[in-house]
Amino acid sequence: MELRVLSLYPEQMNIYADRGNILFLRRRCEWRQIGFEWRGAGPGESVDPAEHDLFYIGGGQDRDQRVVAADMVETKRLALAAAVEDGAALLAVCGGYQLLGESYQLGAETLPGLGLADLRTVREEGPRLIGNVAIETELGGEKRLLAGFENHGGRTYLGSGARPLGRVVPGHGHGNNGDDGFEGVWEKNVVGTYLHGPLLPKNAWLADHLIELALERRCGERPRLEPLPDELERAAHASARAAAGV
Amino acid sequence: MSARATERKGRGGAAFGAKRALARAIGAASRRSGRGGGTTLPGRVLLRMEPEAIAVLAARKLRGGATIVSATNGKTTTAGMIAAILAAEGRPPVHNRAGSNMTWGVATALLEQRGAEGLFEVDEAWLPRVAQQLEPRLIVLGNLFRDQLDRYGEMEALAEEWAKALAVAPAATGLVLNADDPLIADLGRDPDTERPREGVLYFGIEDHSQALPELQHAFDAKHCRRCGHPYAYEVAFVGHLGHYSCPNCGAERPRPEVVATRIELRGMEGSAATVRVPGGEIEVELPLPGLYNVYNALAAIAAALKLGVEAERAAAALGGMRAAFGRVETIPVGGASVSILLIKNPAGANEVLRTLKLEAERPPSQVRSQLPTTVVGNCERTGGGAGIDLWIALNDRIADGRDVSWVWDADFEVLTGAVRRVTCSGTRAPEMALRLKYAGWPVDRVAVEPDIAASLDAAVGASPGRLFALPTYTALLELRKLLADRGLAKEFWQ
Repeated sequence: MELRVLSLYPEQMNIYADRGNILFLRRRCEWRQIGFEWRGAGPGESVDPAEHDLFYIGGGQDRDQRVVAADMVETKRLALAAAVEDGAALLAVCGGYQLLGESYQLGAETLPGLGLADLRTVREEGPRLIGNVAIETELGGEKRLLAGFENHGGRTYLGSGARPLGRVVPGHGHGNNGDDGFEGVWEKNVVGTYLHGPLLPKNAWLADHLIELALERRCGERPRLEPLPDELERAAHASARAAAGV
Repeated sequence: MSARATERKGRGGAAFGAKRALARAIGAASRRSGRGGGTTLPGRVLLRMEPEAIAVLAARKLRGGATIVSATNGKTTTAGMIAAILAAEGRPPVHNRAGSNMTWGVATALLEQRGAEGLFEVDEAWLPRVAQQLEPRLIVLGNLFRDQLDRYGEMEALAEEWAKALAVAPAATGLVLNADDPLIADLGRDPDTERPREGVLYFGIEDHSQALPELQHAFDAKHCRRCGHPYAYEVAFVGHLGHYSCPNCGAERPRPEVVATRIELRGMEGSAATVRVPGGEIEVELPLPGLYNVYNALAAIAAALKLGVEAERAAAALGGMRAAFGRVETIPVGGASVSILLIKNPAGANEVLRTLKLEAERPPSQVRSQLPTTVVGNCERTGGGAGIDLWIALNDRIADGRDVSWVWDADFEVLTGAVRRVTCSGTRAPEMALRLKYAGWPVDRVAVEPDIAASLDAAVGASPGRLFALPTYTALLELRKLLADRGLAKEFWQ
């Protein structure tokens, strides 16, 4: 058994310590004797949809996001759509999340998106939405809490066909746009969220869920992951929750 | 004196004098009450009554002009170095030495200190406003690293703000810039003429033996500020500080005139460097550890030259100084000697970890020879496993940045296998401990105790002699207060 991970634009989209997510996945596989293969795909590089089962894209500065948006649509969009259609998991965080939709209106410019989810993002007047955040989600079939930190100037609006990843615990964060209470998007095995940077270390359950989804695509059935001694992971989750006031 | 300065000097008259007196009295009362905060309160009060107070006070008081120091990392230390150099010249400056580096800290120093010259470290985000008020004769800019993105925003945006501030500064403003940081070096270009600005003195490192084996993960200045193409690096020394060029538009690192050509790092003990300056070469013995402090020293020497101090005299003053508050200091606590090293962002933390790695690799005899004899005795008695002892305090208060994501960008892996025991403390202690677990540190060597005092006592109790304390900024304040309350260290505003 092997988890095959592809990071999209790891050189450009890494601003909030996104590598923490990859390290977290790697160790949790190693401790369970699950193989772990990681690759990055940068500008101009093509993607083989069959080769990887978990795709990751992190956050980046505006300038990087512009470069990435154009390149991604040109060199990777079709392959990613095929992989997702076939059950691959994709975690898109912050700036990467903004590129999941149809477009991102960044000032006078419209950045193209992957079109993997029915959402659009605009950079509106008003302050950046910054702070600790807690959301309730039913990803994985049971009611769970995701805790993390958000910091975004863009506001994301889901289309009528899109399912949010969850709801912001009222009074404990901003979410997609600070207005409708929704946070993120969840479409097939695609998860998009503003909870940025190392959100998996704060939410080990989400890391394990993504590992399961990716391995299921590879092996044809959902594996049973061996439980790990997660005392510190649970304490870190509690700490992040407490920071969000939940 | 410029017309603007004359106008500022005349401003306020008797009314200004009354406001100044009131602000001073409030500061004195605050200090007497023992609640601290004396480093900012008078300035806050004065600025509320008189928003232009910094300009007025500077124009009246600072006949010798002001110097501003800013950077993500090292601004307190660099300003401390320049202060030591000026003091040795008999020119002690008005200086916000406690590191209170927003407008109120600057205003408080101007209110309460004597001196004909000003020296102010200034928070990155406040630089444009303070520069506009002070009209400094010299601005020293060290580096821009990713730091507290929740507060400062993206670095490139910050560099843009700095460029705008320099564009409106008087043409006579001197600049000391780091040639090795592309974001900083490019500020020496006149945006209108595209030619180098007048009055810029660059500093940098040209000792390839200090190169990083590979580019670090927290590598920030990726794209040419002029054309957006990724830079090509020949060598990097600290984070993205190094020798770079743009393969697309040909932008290059400027040739610095204050250059460290040979550097010897000696762990926590400090370093030695040969520094080429215009018209000669000097030897610098630095009692502060790490390559990052070599950069700070180069900035200070360049600033000294700009302020009319001879390089040899600047070097002599640096040799005699001690670290800025909390940046590197060693304090006896219980039976241990506790060395404090501030960590606050990936690039700074990486340099601290690199220094500690050197320390962990030193033969024990060499380490012992520097410790007081009582501690050596303790060391022999306790013994206990290989590796260094650490206390890491991760806080998430506003001055730290509320977002603690950055610990995943810092290379704690550097010390994997080199740590005997670590105690994690602070408001986000469990998340610090988790980071270390995933860096491959054995969990049975990682303890978690969020309370600063309890965790320090536990760490000291378990330490055989030397404990390295790595607090974030507000954890450092708490630690310093704790040690002061126990009579082990002075409170920093005293």
